[in-house]
Amino acid sequence: MPGIRGDIVRWLNSLLYLLRSLSLWDLFRGLRLTARRLFSHKITLRYPDEKTPKSPRFRGLHALRRYPNGEERCIACKLCEAVCPALAITIESEERADGSRRTTRYDIDLFKCVYCGFCEEACPTDAVVETDILEFHFERRGDQIMTKEDLLAVGDQYEEQIAEHRKSDARFR
Amino acid sequence: MPDWMTDLSVWLRVGEILLGAMLILLPLLAVVAYYTYAERKVVGFMQMRLGPSRVGPRGLFQPIADVLKLLTKEVVLPAQANRGLFLLAPLAALVPALGAWAVVPFDDGLWLANIDAGLLYVLALTSLGAYGIIIAGWASNSKYALLGAMRQAAQVVSYEIAMGFALVGVLMLSGSLNLAAIVQAQSGGILDWFFLPLLPLLLVYLVSGVAETNRLPFDVVEGESELVAGFHVEYSGSAFAVFFLAEYSAMILISALTAILFFGGWLSPFEGTQLAQAIPVLDSGIHWWLLKTAFFMFCFLWFRATFPRYRYDQIMRLGWKVFIPVTLIWIFVLGAARYAGYTG
Repeated sequence: MPGIRGDIVRWLNSLLYLLRSLSLWDLFRGLRLTARRLFSHKITLRYPDEKTPKSPRFRGLHALRRYPNGEERCIACKLCEAVCPALAITIESEERADGSRRTTRYDIDLFKCVYCGFCEEACPTDAVVETDILEFHFERRGDQIMTKEDLLAVGDQYEEQIAEHRKSDARFR
Repeated sequence: MPDWMTDLSVWLRVGEILLGAMLILLPLLAVVAYYTYAERKVVGFMQMRLGPSRVGPRGLFQPIADVLKLLTKEVVLPAQANRGLFLLAPLAALVPALGAWAVVPFDDGLWLANIDAGLLYVLALTSLGAYGIIIAGWASNSKYALLGAMRQAAQVVSYEIAMGFALVGVLMLSGSLNLAAIVQAQSGGILDWFFLPLLPLLLVYLVSGVAETNRLPFDVVEGESELVAGFHVEYSGSAFAVFFLAEYSAMILISALTAILFFGGWLSPFEGTQLAQAIPVLDSGIHWWLLKTAFFMFCFLWFRATFPRYRYDQIMRLGWKVFIPVTLIWIFVLGAARYAGYTG
């Protein structure tokens, strides 16, 4: 804007700015915001007492499952070992007395594992799964390697919950 | 043995003063402890968090746990530090912050000392507190501590002037340096308090007070994100606790003084009305002073939760180019008003 009108607008703008900063307008707006937050809903979760909801797809501690008749599901196809991007799974297998192939060793190194869930997806028999258990720890070096017995024990203990989660998600698998 | 040493009344008076000091200091320490709790709660709430909530019901024992932790920790002496000054610094910060409470009038007639130059005494002691911080920064022999101390020195020089000028306005209206007399000069209800005619000076005083106590948004002396912890990086355990105590009692002191100098101290806002005569609680008394002080203490926390830290050059600009001119102009306006017959 040329000439005197532009001057007036510029002058008015700087006067407005001066009034704004002298009356501490913006500071009071900030104070009003924090004062309102003082009484608003608090989002803190007091962890061991309160927990966030978990999806049935949550990928936590691994488990090996059994069929209802007690036979282990794993047929030692080693697809999980092959797909594992972290090379966390080690499997050795042998022919059992009844002629079926079964693992003699099934180790998952939980320090290597990245909890991607590929093993679970690769498994043709739904044998290896990831449960929604996320609170586990190790106290001695070496404890992080879950052996076949450890994994089966986890599976036995939480079978009900694991089955329920698979069922609720079955539509999408 | 001189005469006065055998005079019983002298010793009685000494005991009386010691008792009075205890009656001020012990509640003050308790308030400081729970002020830290209030700070963490208020700042937490304003950030939509809960704040401390684990130790005791609603986290009420948190300050006790904090004190126990600080007192049982080791006081580390840095190898290259100046031993004597390093240990003297926390005391140099604490003693003035506590000493200033001697002249604070809590209620009509309720004070430890009622000296005529009370305001001057308070101003002198709050300025002395800065030496503790400067000495700490120097004696630590650490670059962060030294930078913090240098900033403190510059900040105090800048804001002390504006603060002093703001108080000159109070002097002009009350005509006295005596704190009790200043309160009495404001009697007559809420409209006679000094905050109305001295509104710009009140703002200057409050902001300078925040700057003087190194609270956010003027905490460049501690400067968490740039100077680690500023002047007290090298301090730990009870030495650190003493600095903490000094900072918080200085904050409470500034709040108390704001209430006394600008908001009529123990005076009730309903003073002299029918309401105050009907309901005794609404009449003047120590509870009004406590209430006003608590409000300004809350403001310190409120500011902390709201404003981001000022840049160093912005602090200097605000002090020299805004506050000092504003106070000077207002003092001139006041002088002109008084010359024209205005008596406040």
